[in-house]
Amino acid sequence: MSDWPLWEVFVRSRGGMAHRHVGSVHAPDAEIALRHARDTYTRRMEGVSLWVVPSASITASDPGQDEAMFDPAVDKVYRHPTFYTIPEDVKHI
Amino acid sequence: MYTTELSKTKKVASTEDPDKLAAFEARVAADEFIEPKDWMPEAYRRTLTRQISQHAHSEIVGMLPEGNWITRAPSLRRKAILLAKVQDEAGHGLYLYSAAETLGTSREEMIEALHSGKAKYSTIFNYPTLTWADIGAIGWLVDGAAIMNQVPLQRTSYGPYARAMVRVCKEESFHQRQGYEIMMVMAAGTADQKRMAQDALNRWWWPSLMMFGPPDADSPNTAQSMRWRIKRETNDELRQRFVDITVPQADALGLQVPDPALKWNESRGHYDFGEVDWEEFYAVVRGEGPVAKERMTARRQAWEDGAWVREAAAAYAAKKARRQAA
Repeated sequence: MSDWPLWEVFVRSRGGMAHRHVGSVHAPDAEIALRHARDTYTRRMEGVSLWVVPSASITASDPGQDEAMFDPAVDKVYRHPTFYTIPEDVKHI
Repeated sequence: MYTTELSKTKKVASTEDPDKLAAFEARVAADEFIEPKDWMPEAYRRTLTRQISQHAHSEIVGMLPEGNWITRAPSLRRKAILLAKVQDEAGHGLYLYSAAETLGTSREEMIEALHSGKAKYSTIFNYPTLTWADIGAIGWLVDGAAIMNQVPLQRTSYGPYARAMVRVCKEESFHQRQGYEIMMVMAAGTADQKRMAQDALNRWWWPSLMMFGPPDADSPNTAQSMRWRIKRETNDELRQRFVDITVPQADALGLQVPDPALKWNESRGHYDFGEVDWEEFYAVVRGEGPVAKERMTARRQAWEDGAWVREAAAAYAAKKARRQAA
């Protein structure tokens, strides 16, 4: 028998927080993936909500292309507030 | 992405691009994390796969010596605790299998390697658990040694392994404390109970020291593993730290560590201790441990007994998928 499909598991630790990736489980379907995720990743009240997503559905960026992907942001420091010099005596800005 | 459905055919590059190799070495030396889709040398992948899968197998086989005491735990409290601990070990095995899978070996291949006897697991689990005190000694010593090994691995260079270790370490502390508590109760109990506690310490002490692996001089892969941050401290360093921390804990229990050579060395600031019987260690590695066969038989039996559950779940998933398609 070959492995069941892989599911990525996301846990919301408490209300107001985003779901965060915690790991993965194998399961034949979404319902069992949720049960396995509960037993594997929330044995100590780590969460109030779970997502499981088929791993095969995730499209990831290519680490070999990370320069082309992310470097264009490097020379755009004007996107940060500290780029602008404002006189000391000007307040609330 | 943490885990990917990876192809099961392995390609071994005969020659590696020296530029890529240099860039990899520089990243690791700078304490950067390597992630599943990053380029890595084949030997790094192979070594990590072996190390993580052995670690996973150890967690899974580690359920057996304790599992056989669940029905005989002396109280409901102890039974609930032991159940939770054994369940944790299963969880740890699953975190680690997931981490190993990101390197391109399937779960199925790893389980098969364990069941066929091809894969190794920690030698410690091939010793029998004869009395309830052994459950205390395992939590205190075996989980204590495991923590000593695992804490530095939270900073190992391979991201998925490091993250799995963070989770494992968080949970492991409970294991050690519940074990020490069992020892405290027994050491303060009747003469028979104290004798059992001492007997458990006598039998688990040396195998626990062996858990750190052979002496540095006989551990040829240590240098490369340290350079690659797959290992962060040497076997002998970790073993010494374990002895230094554990001896006062034995004193607090009023129990005697079974080593006549054990002595505080003021000038070193460490305990001196006797020579581990490495012949015994290598014999257990070769599969000659006292209950090695029993463990694998129990493991394979559990796998076979669970086959109908796996088949039913797969059949149910297939039926649901058909209905959705219709």
